[in-house]
Amino acid sequence: MEVLVIHILNALLYSSVLFLIAGGLSLIYGVMRILNLAHGNLYALGAFVSAWAIGLATGPNTPNFVFFLLLPAGAIAAAAAGAVIERTLLRPFYKRPEEYQLLMTFGLLMILEDVIRFIWGPAPLSATSVYASLGSITIGDGRYPTYNVVVIGVGIVAAVFLWAFIYRTRFGVLLRATSQDKRMASALGVNVNRIYIQAFTLGCFMAGLGGAIVVPSQSAVLGMGVDALVLAFIVVVIGGLGSLEGALAGALIVGVVREVFITLYPEVELAVLYLIAALVLFVRPAGLFGRA
Amino acid sequence: MDLLATQALTKSFGDNYAVNRVDFAVKQGEVLALIGSNGAGKTTLVNLVSGLLRPDSGQIMFENNDVTQQKAYDRIKVGIARSFQLVNLFDHLSCVDNVALSIFSRAGKTQNLATLASRDQAVWDEAHELLRQFGLDRHAKMLAGSMSHGERKLLDVAVAYALRPKLLFLDEPTSGVSTREKAPIMDIVSSIVRSGGITVVIIEHDMDIVFRYSERIVVMHQGTVLADGTPDQIRANDAVTTTLIGTHPTGEPAFGSDGHA
Amino acid sequence: MTTVTAARPTLIPWRTLAWLVPVALVLLAAPYVVDEFQIITLTYGLIAAIGAIGFNLLLGYTGLLSFGHSAFFGGGAYAVAFMVKYLKIASMELFLAGSILANAILSLLFGFVCVRYTKIFFGILTLCLSQVLWSLAFKFFWVTGGTDGLRVPTPTLLGSVASGDKMQFLSHQYYYYVLAVFAICVFLMWVIVHSPFGKALQAIRDNETRAEFIGIRIRRYRLIAFVISGVFTGVAGALWAPLNGLASPDVLIWTFSGEIVFMTVLGGFRTFVGPIVGAIAFTYLKTYAVGFTTYWQLLLGVVLVVLVLLLPTGIMGAVERLAARVKRAR
Repeated sequence: MEVLVIHILNALLYSSVLFLIAGGLSLIYGVMRILNLAHGNLYALGAFVSAWAIGLATGPNTPNFVFFLLLPAGAIAAAAAGAVIERTLLRPFYKRPEEYQLLMTFGLLMILEDVIRFIWGPAPLSATSVYASLGSITIGDGRYPTYNVVVIGVGIVAAVFLWAFIYRTRFGVLLRATSQDKRMASALGVNVNRIYIQAFTLGCFMAGLGGAIVVPSQSAVLGMGVDALVLAFIVVVIGGLGSLEGALAGALIVGVVREVFITLYPEVELAVLYLIAALVLFVRPAGLFGRA
Repeated sequence: MDLLATQALTKSFGDNYAVNRVDFAVKQGEVLALIGSNGAGKTTLVNLVSGLLRPDSGQIMFENNDVTQQKAYDRIKVGIARSFQLVNLFDHLSCVDNVALSIFSRAGKTQNLATLASRDQAVWDEAHELLRQFGLDRHAKMLAGSMSHGERKLLDVAVAYALRPKLLFLDEPTSGVSTREKAPIMDIVSSIVRSGGITVVIIEHDMDIVFRYSERIVVMHQGTVLADGTPDQIRANDAVTTTLIGTHPTGEPAFGSDGHA
Repeated sequence: MTTVTAARPTLIPWRTLAWLVPVALVLLAAPYVVDEFQIITLTYGLIAAIGAIGFNLLLGYTGLLSFGHSAFFGGGAYAVAFMVKYLKIASMELFLAGSILANAILSLLFGFVCVRYTKIFFGILTLCLSQVLWSLAFKFFWVTGGTDGLRVPTPTLLGSVASGDKMQFLSHQYYYYVLAVFAICVFLMWVIVHSPFGKALQAIRDNETRAEFIGIRIRRYRLIAFVISGVFTGVAGALWAPLNGLASPDVLIWTFSGEIVFMTVLGGFRTFVGPIVGAIAFTYLKTYAVGFTTYWQLLLGVVLVVLVLLLPTGIMGAVERLAARVKRAR
């Protein structure tokens, strides 16, 4: 029984992080119709910044709460980077065919990959002190890292907060209006450029937050962005591009499937996920919650 | 012989019945105008017959064969072709390429990947001849995307005509064209199709053109056929004049017996 | 009444030969003029060019942007590696045949799924499917060698065994072999895109609806283009494996597909020659970037961003605009 609980927790843990990354990707696509291939590297940026900040603060007597204060640094850094990127690199491409947008974000991916390497070097950065500081909780006969539960908590809070943000605030209304009909929204007086930069920043914040909360349990390592992006793709394909409920559903499905296969037949875990994505695209291209 | 006949053809979008149990027939060799106000169902009917849309129910018979389930490219093969209201051309290809593609397709040659297209002289001769008939041969090498609107409308018809169909649907062939250019376009189109013996259905809003060029008029209104007859019969039809054509302030129909206002 | 006839195409395209002959002479003479390293780089460039013209059949001519062509390049490379490891084959001709067969099947399978979609979904689908292959190569390391890859020794060319120094072999016999295959591939692709089928693909690219309404079966033609595209890129992969000496998952990962897109757009995807120019240019660019700085990805990334911002029609697009301007000035 405890084993099952642990598996469920593991799946939820993975889903939480995936939800943040994929949710950001989906949000950006939903509002701006841009598929940001560099999105994974903003997740990586978040991980590196947070690990670095915590590393700076780590001393023999640093109290735990300082670490937790610094953890969101990655999310903020990613958001800031996102704002700059949108204004300088993305804006010239809105009127261009989407092939060029994709290529531009691919170039951005390559740039970010090396910027991260330039700033922090090729070696992984970790923040295991945070992870260890929380100890573990008892589940039946075994123990489970408390930090993982915190991550799941962050994921849930983020999902709730986002839902409220999108469906219960004025900004959310503007966001949804712009995503449904940009020209109409503009005609009604919505400043579409402002909405775009805000949506993009929010999406990058989510990706950065994903990186920030994951870095205590697994190091920030070069190439993590590229790996994460494809997983985020699988999530939004399953859940539907542009839908936050879809990102949540997709993240949960991917988390569970991954956990199942890692336990039973680890070699095909990734292949199965990609095949599921391909299957969903084949059968229901809009995904579970997406509009075609 | 009815070249085309639909039986109880129906298509709805949500709870809007764009085409509602329509029986529509076209006889061999006719030049028929399909008129009606916006939303009457004309374009939907043509979309159904040409294969762009699938009907909810009903049948489409072409030469007494049931084509209701056939895809668009199969209907081309049996002889149904259409032009488009919003010009649909291959903008990055030249005019002669646009027309030649129809000819290649008609001849079943588009599957050839081992021969050079430029070497098939017969196709290019026919394409140039067709352009000449449509008055476009001086633009032969121009990209379709860079011509004037009127020329593009003509090319759109030419591309459909190059398929040598038995039944040709022209969806608003003069829409968006200046009044001065409309008659010349229709003159070209009607002389070509008459000389080819093709059966033509024209969707039009311009009543001048409708009454001048058609032999039979079918009036649609809110998804059903309101009236069906010769131009004279339609002119005299009160239901049609009130809903569609309109009357002069004196109460006379807007179009006199000679087809002009 | 006179009928207008099209100008008959001349049998000998003098204008094309004017630049084709010098280029051919340069390529043929190269091993006697420049050093081995240069020739090997050029060989990689020619191989990339074969891959790029295969890819561009889909992008430039059919209007489909694939982000999964690494599946075919890697498929070709691994087909060769498997033939070496499991079938103990060493003949380059058999390598090519095996790659063509394997990629025909692979692209038929992938294409059947992918050509139902266009634009973003096509791109994502091709990416996901290529990642399936990557993950299999990565994880089933006892079959594929995992990240270490599988060794590919020098093959026999037309039956003759490579003798002497490996670098000498690669920069002479192997270079000419690749050059010959390159010439054949370019010729075949040139015929295909100038055939009625090629015109039909362009029609599908320009206006899918109208293409259907002149009687073209969209999905079938896209599938045929997809298979041809995959096979060509697979040939490139097969030629690459012996040159690289190793087949590894690096040529299956999706970012490698991105490089294929990059090089095609660099050269200009709206022309026939563009992908060839772009592939060779990209190969040199990457080779020198890697040698120049560890931050070569940054360099290439900046090049790509500048490219799509300022020069979207690529090198050949710029060349054509320049030529048009020169012609007008005359």
